[in-house]
Amino acid sequence: MMLQNLRAIAAIYLFELHRFRRTLMTGLLVPVITTSLYFVVFGGAIGSRMTEVDGVPYAAFIVPGLIMMSMFTESIFNASFGIYMPKFTGTIYELLSAPVSATETIIAYVGAAATKSLIVGSIIFLTAHLFVDVQVAHPFAMAGFMVLIAISFCLFGFILGVWAQSFEQLQVIPMLLIMPMTFLGGAFYSVQMLAEPWRTITFFNPIVYLISGFRWTFFGQGDVGIEFSLLFVAGMLAVCIAIIAWMFRTGYRLKK
Amino acid sequence: MASIITIDGLTKRYASGFEALKGVDLTIEEGEIFALLGPNGAGKTTMISIICGIARATGGSVTVAGHDIVRDYRGARSAIGLVPQELSTDQFERVIDTVTFSRGLFGKPRNPAHIEKVLRDLSLWDKRNSKILELSGGMKRRVMIAKALSHEPRVLFLDEPTAGVDVELRRDMWTLIGELRQTGVTIILTTHYIEEAEEMADRVGVINRGELMLVEDKVALMKKLGKKTLSVVLAEPLTSVPGELAEWDVTLKDDGHEIEYIFDTTAERTGVSSLLRRLGDLGIAYKDLNTRQSSLEDIFVSLVHQEKAA
Repeated sequence: MMLQNLRAIAAIYLFELHRFRRTLMTGLLVPVITTSLYFVVFGGAIGSRMTEVDGVPYAAFIVPGLIMMSMFTESIFNASFGIYMPKFTGTIYELLSAPVSATETIIAYVGAAATKSLIVGSIIFLTAHLFVDVQVAHPFAMAGFMVLIAISFCLFGFILGVWAQSFEQLQVIPMLLIMPMTFLGGAFYSVQMLAEPWRTITFFNPIVYLISGFRWTFFGQGDVGIEFSLLFVAGMLAVCIAIIAWMFRTGYRLKK
Repeated sequence: MASIITIDGLTKRYASGFEALKGVDLTIEEGEIFALLGPNGAGKTTMISIICGIARATGGSVTVAGHDIVRDYRGARSAIGLVPQELSTDQFERVIDTVTFSRGLFGKPRNPAHIEKVLRDLSLWDKRNSKILELSGGMKRRVMIAKALSHEPRVLFLDEPTAGVDVELRRDMWTLIGELRQTGVTIILTTHYIEEAEEMADRVGVINRGELMLVEDKVALMKKLGKKTLSVVLAEPLTSVPGELAEWDVTLKDDGHEIEYIFDTTAERTGVSSLLRRLGDLGIAYKDLNTRQSSLEDIFVSLVHQEKAA
């Protein structure tokens, strides 16, 4: 059986949450302050000069994008650090020598990182309410979408953490790839606002589908149909799970 | 005694082509202290890493408490506690939390009484609420031992438990290991100090360049290893060994400035005092004397020779 050592899952999960608790203030304050700044700059200063986007006031329009952006970053950061740090300090010996399966390891680490990511996402959602009036058209779909995104990006972060051999490598993917893709993926604008050929090019960016899907749960509409968004989330989950399965089968960068 | 670990034809070849283990066979008996002796890079840590699940074997098999380490890794690993050579700890955690975590990781139900006992046995109970980073190196090593013992293993691996540790702490560690054996746990320790193997072990295995060169009862091995070299630094150099010294099998060194005599410390008569007396009788003056234990290097060389001769 793949899942026998539930106590190990609980031990790692609680250990990781405890690690987050140690940095609770910065961990939660940073997203709150960042979100507030985005609202002041984009929502207040720029948004007041803009009309509605797709029938939604601009300040409300950017809320899903902001939540997604923070959750991408948080998920990758937390999950990659969770597995990179034991590699870096050498404490991974204990995990490798414990009667714990690969599946159990993933559930514990990814579960803990996703939990934190969901907490941060929810806090940003609540913070946004201080600035704008946001109605959520499909609350259950919204919650479900957040969970899927948290899990997918934490899996991605886990892969990154196993792959990385230095702190620099750990930073390079989120900063040089995910961040630009998010900004260009319609976090702060509707893809429909772009002129050709940029609009067509943008549709090659997978992040567009994710943000659009999340926006759909808020406003009932997005840049693409919700079915395409779900397809991309499912695709990302499948690819990450396949890579992780391969990593554990070969011992990639974990076992000598 | 029943065997608790059976190693059969274990090999390890790294991607670079380096052969760290070349077919090791070894059986460890339950309840014994086994010392694995060898120079740096001999394959000691590689062997432990494979048994504990940190590295993969290229060939061969290992069973621990009857469980194959690959097919039934849960059973095998549950029986093992590992204390690696490097001091790797979660610096920001409290002692009691990190030890409790280890027990959970190994799938054992919570048992505060056992954790307390382990911490008390290791003199860590007073430090249980300290963060690990506040502890000294010796204390950190104890925390790692406590983590390894938290899930009540039947076998404890100590990889170089006294490397880089001062003499006093080394003594403490030896006492501690002696106490652990009273609890019935099988202990396998690696070391490159002969003295340590001599102090602790029931049996000693010597490993070099990935090959287990011998496995022997400590008492028998110490007889073999208990050779010392006496160097006599002469006031005036000699051109040849005087015939009167023939019964001691001495050799001239350093262009005749030194006489070297190898003797057996365990023998009833070492021949040291009679040799010095004879030198005095012959009027050969000397400036300095020194004796040294045959180094591990010497022992390996002699072991290799024996093996080739056999």
